[in-house]
Amino acid sequence: MSSPATVETTFREAFREALRDALQRDPLAFVMGEDVGRYGGCFGVTHGLLEEFGPERVRDTPLSEAGFVGAGIGAALGGMHPIVEIMTVNFSLLALDQIMNNAATLLHMSGGQLNVPIVIRMTTGAGRQLAAQHSHSLEGLYAHIPGLRVLTPGTLEDARGMLWTALQDPDPVLIFEHGALYPARGELAHDAGPVGIDEAAVRRPGEDVTLCAYGGGLPKALSAAALLEADGISAEVLDLRTLRPLDDAAILGSVARTHRMVVVDEGWRSVGVAAEVCTRVMEGAFYELDAPVARVCGAEVPVPYAAHLEQAALPQPQDIAAAARRLVGSRG
Amino acid sequence: MTTTPSADPSSLEREEAHALLKGMLRVRRFEERCIELYSAARIRGFMHVYIGEEAVAVGAMQSLRPDDAVVSTYREHGHALVRGVPAASILAEMYGKAEGCSRGHGGSMHLFDLAARFYGGNAIVAGGIPIAVGLALADKLQGRDRVSACFFGEGAVAEGAFHESLNLAALWRLPVVFFCENNLYAMGTALTRSESQTDLTAKAASYAVPTWAADGMDVLACRAAAGQAVAATRAGAGPAFVEFRTYRFRAHSMYDPELYRPKAEVQRWKQRDPVETFAAALQDLGLLDRAEHDALERDVAAEIDDAVAFAERGTLEPVEALTDHVYRRRVR
Repeated sequence: MSSPATVETTFREAFREALRDALQRDPLAFVMGEDVGRYGGCFGVTHGLLEEFGPERVRDTPLSEAGFVGAGIGAALGGMHPIVEIMTVNFSLLALDQIMNNAATLLHMSGGQLNVPIVIRMTTGAGRQLAAQHSHSLEGLYAHIPGLRVLTPGTLEDARGMLWTALQDPDPVLIFEHGALYPARGELAHDAGPVGIDEAAVRRPGEDVTLCAYGGGLPKALSAAALLEADGISAEVLDLRTLRPLDDAAILGSVARTHRMVVVDEGWRSVGVAAEVCTRVMEGAFYELDAPVARVCGAEVPVPYAAHLEQAALPQPQDIAAAARRLVGSRG
Repeated sequence: MTTTPSADPSSLEREEAHALLKGMLRVRRFEERCIELYSAARIRGFMHVYIGEEAVAVGAMQSLRPDDAVVSTYREHGHALVRGVPAASILAEMYGKAEGCSRGHGGSMHLFDLAARFYGGNAIVAGGIPIAVGLALADKLQGRDRVSACFFGEGAVAEGAFHESLNLAALWRLPVVFFCENNLYAMGTALTRSESQTDLTAKAASYAVPTWAADGMDVLACRAAAGQAVAATRAGAGPAFVEFRTYRFRAHSMYDPELYRPKAEVQRWKQRDPVETFAAALQDLGLLDRAEHDALERDVAAEIDDAVAFAERGTLEPVEALTDHVYRRRVR
């Protein structure tokens, strides 16, 4: 149901509009990756851009992640604003050397001389029965690395708006697009544009418990909040948005309001994003807590193919709601 | 087909001859001083000296312009010096001082100097090669007639990044020159024990990249081969590959007990010392007399003495600056 001020769209289209906007506004920007051109993008995000902007600016690459990600880093050093697409986060491991040893470290190793204004987009997450080599959520691995900015759009506004802000950033920025969100539909303002990438956002205010999520986990947390509302529990949903650097003030502020937190993370539980958020709450808001922080994470297995197993491996709204009920039930 | 140009010293002008010899002497004496300073614990960390390979850096860089880019590896003191990075700032860097070219954050393996367009200093074997490809891509996209030159050892030829980079550079006809310094040992692994195809030019040729080979102990041969390769690339022929057949007289690093090669082999190569043989050839041709040679040595010694004094009196980067240069944009 579109109102005059909004248009119904999908994440896929929102990401594409962001790319089109960037290519129109910035003559130094170009898109590079496997099948971004003639094929139209392996997930259809770049469809039509080749026809509009030509093969110099929508550049198909060979299957060589270390080569084209490294070339993107070099092009950024040479004054361009490359937007590099990696098909999935699993494949990004082939370019991990370039991302970590060059993009993230050159500024520091050069004593502040060489910065790398590159944007690297990639798909992350499970839910499409693609099995263990196309389904992982490794954004936490990248969030471990100082020198990178790690963005995880979980709303249409962020899908549309984070890219331009990332392109203005002098540092390397990684944008993790959850694959299950691409076809998700919703209303987006006609005049939607760039958004900030520094702050987390409260997507739904609440009083009894905070559901802290990001990316593909955000819609699930919102669904869980609706389930909880039916039980008379008021849940605040906090969208982390940026995993590095984390918005401590928003996390601690939310705990100060609700005194309980469930962290939702499709990544693995051990040594992951949720573990980091929990620790920061313990360090910074321990005396605000009325219950231990709970985590709802991906099962600690390589993601399986079969639909029922895959769904069992992922955080689900009812799991999130159940964790929240336990916390609220422990009220003294 | 590989081109191997020969070079006749009898056609040299006196001034030109002296400049080439002085260039090699600067590197040789600088490295000898580094070894002394390392033994005296003024320099720490991993340190790899370039003694024996001076003809390559000096010869190869004759045809580069100041606006060209140079990408190097961890054995880069000589490259940096020849490229015009001040000896004092290189040495201060190895001392870990704030006056170092990387403010003490890089050390021996990570020399950077944006003013000299010297892009490291990459300690991941082959890690710099895609960067050079990207710098060349930026030049091509912005219509500049610059060349990017990338130095790496023959050990890098076994890495995937080398192959991905040559493929990309040839596919996109990028202005990048690959300077392979074949000193026969990747740390302690001999070429014949690490490569199924020991003719490295054949590998480059398989990507349709034109190739040159040069006697890496002969500065004029190095200059001639690199000169042809750089000229072809600058004229728009796309990438070029030059193999310099050379030898390092010292161990891989200061930690290397050098158990992997016979002393007689090292002695044999030392008969072809690029500095001494060139000086002797110039004397035979009447292009260099004893007094001139002594004057060159005195100039070089004075430069290095000054550099040592500069490094010694340098200041330590304040610990408050520890977290500088992780992000260019200040984050909370």
